[in-house]
Amino acid sequence: MTAPLPHIAPAERARSTSFNEASARTRLDLLLDAGSLVEFIGPEQREVSPHLEIFGLPEQFDDGIVVGHGRLGGAPVFVAAQEGRFMGGAFGEVHGAKLLGLLRAAREIGSIPVLILLDTGGVRLQEANAGELAIAEIMRAVMEARSAGVKVIGLIGGRSGCYGGGGLIAGCCSALAVSEAGRIAVSGPEVIETNRGVEEFDSRDRALVWRTMGGKHRRLLGAADVFADDTVQDFREAALELIGLIGPFGLDRLRAEQGRLADRLRRFGACQDAVDIWTVEGVAHAETVPELPADQFIALASRIGRTSRDAR
Amino acid sequence: MEDLSFHHPVRERAGGIRQSAIVGVVASGNLEVLVERVLPDAECAVEIKTAAMGFGEVWSAVIGDFVERYSPGGLKFSINDGGARPDTVSLRLAQAVRLIAGSEQ
Repeated sequence: MTAPLPHIAPAERARSTSFNEASARTRLDLLLDAGSLVEFIGPEQREVSPHLEIFGLPEQFDDGIVVGHGRLGGAPVFVAAQEGRFMGGAFGEVHGAKLLGLLRAAREIGSIPVLILLDTGGVRLQEANAGELAIAEIMRAVMEARSAGVKVIGLIGGRSGCYGGGGLIAGCCSALAVSEAGRIAVSGPEVIETNRGVEEFDSRDRALVWRTMGGKHRRLLGAADVFADDTVQDFREAALELIGLIGPFGLDRLRAEQGRLADRLRRFGACQDAVDIWTVEGVAHAETVPELPADQFIALASRIGRTSRDAR
Repeated sequence: MEDLSFHHPVRERAGGIRQSAIVGVVASGNLEVLVERVLPDAECAVEIKTAAMGFGEVWSAVIGDFVERYSPGGLKFSINDGGARPDTVSLRLAQAVRLIAGSEQ
């Protein structure tokens, strides 16, 4: 968090900085072309939550999300990054409105891609109604932006993962890049255990949590398009790759996505555990997948495929 | 929540030309410091909103020590505190001065 030493090149800093451990602002600083980030409604405007003070809770000047624009490989992009350490990156009224406004601006312009660095537990309980509404509006805004020709890319590798409404928003994106730490789901482990019992899901079984919701499983299932190692540079390269890959969006693509999901359910619906799915998928020694280093896993995932260029 | 406010006369102006900088995050045991170059060169102000009540004297000592050591003239510090320990507060204040003095951005 201290100021960078001037003799370290930005790419070198991005390569040596863990995406998972970096703050939202540091992630954007290193992800984008050096010095190109321009923030909308920055912290100096003090656009804080109107609800937290009522509960005697501290506010954050940016309400836990950085939105703005910058350049990636020389081309303009819109960006949003959630701060997963402030209230678990959860969506409140202002937080949600900042992301919504960004997506609507992108829809109006119609050609500039949007990168969303999701790092969230879902909706902030202290402002639940506003947060739930924000999720619904953001999902609609993502689809409207995509219909207008905007590529909306989710980058997921933060400490809060991507849960609740964040998982729903991720499901609406054109494409996702995820690291091993980037869990993606709707109901979190504790929620499932509370509602369905420990027999259904033991939230204290960390290995179970990671192989069910973690980035490796999401990549092998085809929910995420690219698996990134946990450096900001790797996410930068993933974003560049995805901007190049994403095709046009329309009814045909939605039908293909429906087909992809139906096929997934047909093939894996009877599986009890992620390891069973990987085995059906033809992965030899599937039980060793969680231990694979990133480069070996990426090679494995490339062999398996599962992502579809036509769907989503 | 408790609001605290400190004003100090300062020996000299803080270095650099950046207008604002932010460091830290509001989480348990952590804090964010927003620093802005908006005051006359011989003044410094620190505005604090903290979740931990009744620590005014500790804050006063930490801020006094910081102003003496860094001479942050012309700077206004706005703090949202999630109950950070004094050593963390000192570290974030020092980082804020270093950031706003830096040449980047």
